[in-house]
Amino acid sequence: MAEITLQHLRKTYGKVVAIKDLSLDIKDGEFLVLLGPSGCGKTTTLRALAGLEMLDRGRVIIGGHDVTALPPGKRGIAMVFQSYAVFPHMRVYDNIVFGLRMRGVSPGEQRKRAEEGAELLQIASLFDRYPAQLSGGQRQRVAVARAIVMQPDVLLMDEPLSNLDALLRLHMRAELKRIHREVRSTTVYVTHDQVEALSLGDRIAVMLEGEIVQCDTPARIYNAPANRFVGSFIGSPPMNFLSGTLRTVDGRLTIERDGARIPLPPARKVTAAPADGTVLVGIRPEHIEVTAAPAPEALPGRVVVLEPIGAQQLLTVRVGDDIVKVSTPPEFQADAGQQIWLRFNPDRIRLMDAQTGAAILS
Amino acid sequence: MTLRRLGIYSAVVVISAWVALPLVLITLAAFSPREILYAWPRRIWPERFTLDTMLFFVRSAGVLQSVVNSLIVAVLTIVLAFLISAPTGYALARYRFRGRDAVQLAILATKMFPATVLSIPLAVAFIRWGLYDRLIGVAIVHATLSIPFVTVIVSSVFVGISYELEEAAMTLGSSRLQAFLRVTIPMALPGLAAAAIFTFVLSWNEVFAATILTLNNRTLPALIINSVVAAGAPLHYRFAGGFFMVLPALIIILLIRRYLLTLWGVTVR
Amino acid sequence: MVVADAELPQVAPRGRVDWTPYLLVLPTLAFLGVFFVYPMAQAIWLSLTDQQSGALSLTNFRRMGGDLYFIPAIRYSILIMAIAVPLQVALGLVIALLVNSRFRGHSAFLYLTAIPIGISDLAAGLIWLSIFTERGYLNAFLDAAGLAAQPITFLTYEHTSWLIGAIVVTEVWRATAIVMLILLSGLQLIAKDYHDTASIFGAGRWQTLRHVTLPLLRPSLQTALIIRTILAFQLFATVVALAGRQIPVLAGEAYFWYSLYRSPNVASAYAALILVLSAAITFGYLRLLRQRELEMTA
Repeated sequence: MAEITLQHLRKTYGKVVAIKDLSLDIKDGEFLVLLGPSGCGKTTTLRALAGLEMLDRGRVIIGGHDVTALPPGKRGIAMVFQSYAVFPHMRVYDNIVFGLRMRGVSPGEQRKRAEEGAELLQIASLFDRYPAQLSGGQRQRVAVARAIVMQPDVLLMDEPLSNLDALLRLHMRAELKRIHREVRSTTVYVTHDQVEALSLGDRIAVMLEGEIVQCDTPARIYNAPANRFVGSFIGSPPMNFLSGTLRTVDGRLTIERDGARIPLPPARKVTAAPADGTVLVGIRPEHIEVTAAPAPEALPGRVVVLEPIGAQQLLTVRVGDDIVKVSTPPEFQADAGQQIWLRFNPDRIRLMDAQTGAAILS
Repeated sequence: MTLRRLGIYSAVVVISAWVALPLVLITLAAFSPREILYAWPRRIWPERFTLDTMLFFVRSAGVLQSVVNSLIVAVLTIVLAFLISAPTGYALARYRFRGRDAVQLAILATKMFPATVLSIPLAVAFIRWGLYDRLIGVAIVHATLSIPFVTVIVSSVFVGISYELEEAAMTLGSSRLQAFLRVTIPMALPGLAAAAIFTFVLSWNEVFAATILTLNNRTLPALIINSVVAAGAPLHYRFAGGFFMVLPALIIILLIRRYLLTLWGVTVR
Repeated sequence: MVVADAELPQVAPRGRVDWTPYLLVLPTLAFLGVFFVYPMAQAIWLSLTDQQSGALSLTNFRRMGGDLYFIPAIRYSILIMAIAVPLQVALGLVIALLVNSRFRGHSAFLYLTAIPIGISDLAAGLIWLSIFTERGYLNAFLDAAGLAAQPITFLTYEHTSWLIGAIVVTEVWRATAIVMLILLSGLQLIAKDYHDTASIFGAGRWQTLRHVTLPLLRPSLQTALIIRTILAFQLFATVVALAGRQIPVLAGEAYFWYSLYRSPNVASAYAALILVLSAAITFGYLRLLRQRELEMTA
């Protein structure tokens, strides 16, 4: 059993606060992604978990044992570094069994585990090579193999795909998912790439300025962002935000803007209604429908530009002072400056507090 | 384009000759029979080469002993310099700490005021401390002179080795010390060897401090300069001595060529 | 969860300083303190005390100043420096630029021209002695070319300028390598982009050198100048090997006062003088540099 509990972690560098007060529970065998922009403290959190950073405060508990004071090698973890950190003066085989040697595993067992690991990553033919003779992708496989032969309770990965080219990254992403399914180690994975996070994570913890803003399944993170930051950080293009007024009309919550009225489904409730009714309306580009004729629940706008992006098109629309991005089918046609109407899917609308940006709609 | 290449190559040939010719000539002198060196007309190329001149030099009083002394001093210097400078080089490469710039500046300052200023007051102090005319005393001064160089090379060597490698070793079960010994040191060895070789050359060549700080236990340069100044040594002794001193330099430059730029490539800002 | 929950509040020390780097730096600083700072202070102290009485006095400086060799020593030290240093910088720059042009065989050329950094001032002096001495190679070449029937005596007090010329040639031969390495490492720091940009804007090679490379190289040029100028005051063995005491120089006088006249105090006065001159030059160069930087940012 290797569930992880982080309790009230805090880490500062001089006056810079890297982690504010971070608590998180990770289940055994779970694939948890720490996602956030650079400088949000995700790598520091991972390194603290590995024992490579001394915390100012807080405790790290792995599998029921408090490891806060233990060195990295005694925590039952293994780590894949962003630079791979493959030892350049050792052959691939010696790299892979390095940790087993340090742990005093018998040579026969070393061989057996190295072969298993190499098979899993398809690098058995490279055993006698030096890292300088490997491609970036191969080096990365060596780094992963070196970590998993340790049969760690916890596998830590620090942006392992960020140094690969786009195509290889796509391929390795699927590989990592397969490997996780086979080895079942609790995995903590740091990335700034939201697509990677959505595709890999059982859960995603979105971080900003040393704090976890939202920790949930990829679907919930995508569909129900806890605040404006999460909505705008995830999705490409990100969620649209435009201001509106929230009223109760005929006993139903209704959003008003530019003469349009969008009634919300009766089941949806507001957790904290703003006094003056001003709210931020959040809606993803694929949940907007474009119509050529006006309708009471449709917002008027003017086409700015239409960009084909393969399977669909991206339409940029000016609504009042706001810019709205809309996903349209590939056959859709529009000219710049053309008057159109946008219909928001009321089930998919998110409402945020205009001041704090926090979600206020259930 | 051809004109430009012609220009480059002729400059290269002229400069190469300028650097190499004196080396060739001293080699000729060291292996020419003695009488040629004093004869007129003076032949440039001797009809036969001989070891007599070199043998005369090596067998002269005190030469062999001073060579041994020079080697002992050089080895002591390397040991001292590494004990003293290597940890600092490592710290400058791996840690960001308050006062780091001041330390760097202090070390750079040593490059600015070498042997001359140090030797005379140290000689007075060494007499009091019982270090005068002892090889360890010379080695101490040479180690002081080598601090800026060794620090800079060691630090550049460790900067070149990613700390993540040590961290990776630690996550794989090494202690901090094991990670350093098993991962960083093997990778650092060539660079550290270059630093040692450079220290050797510095000590082997140093004249002023060695002369001031010794009386009977001369190093080779101290012996030669003393026999030139005080005893008026014959010319063939001087040429053979010059050649003998240059010999290690030729081999050593080849060995440390990769680090040539690191050694002097520090810019004062 | 089997963990005894936070009943023991974690008292991790806050704002803790990692002492490891200071520990690592300590040996160097201690060593420099004893064998570098102390002797420098001692040099000044010795130069200011009377050798017999030990009382504070300017006797040593008076003896130094009153010595027959003092004024020539200062004059020759500065003269040799003033001729040799610009030549070293110019030649060093040419070699560095040649190496940096990456012609075929440039690395062999680099190693060849770097060889003199491994050669001591004494050995360099002896090497050039074999050339400039009366029955030396220079006369042999002149004879072979039919230019001198009788050997010419170059190294004699009757021709001071020839002696100085020989010393300058030897110093340029020996110390250009250091200048070259400083400049070359500076050149390699200059991104190729600048040159590409310059050539896109139609600058020729000379224009690029004049308006792009040299200005960017200024920090390295200044470093080379400082180091060479200061080291010029250390000039000793080269001069002794070629000219004996016919050309007195500051470091040489320090040596003679110490070994020949057994007067560490007057020798210390010379050492202190060299120290003050070196410090003044460094300070002057750095001040000049700062001022320029300010002008550039203003």
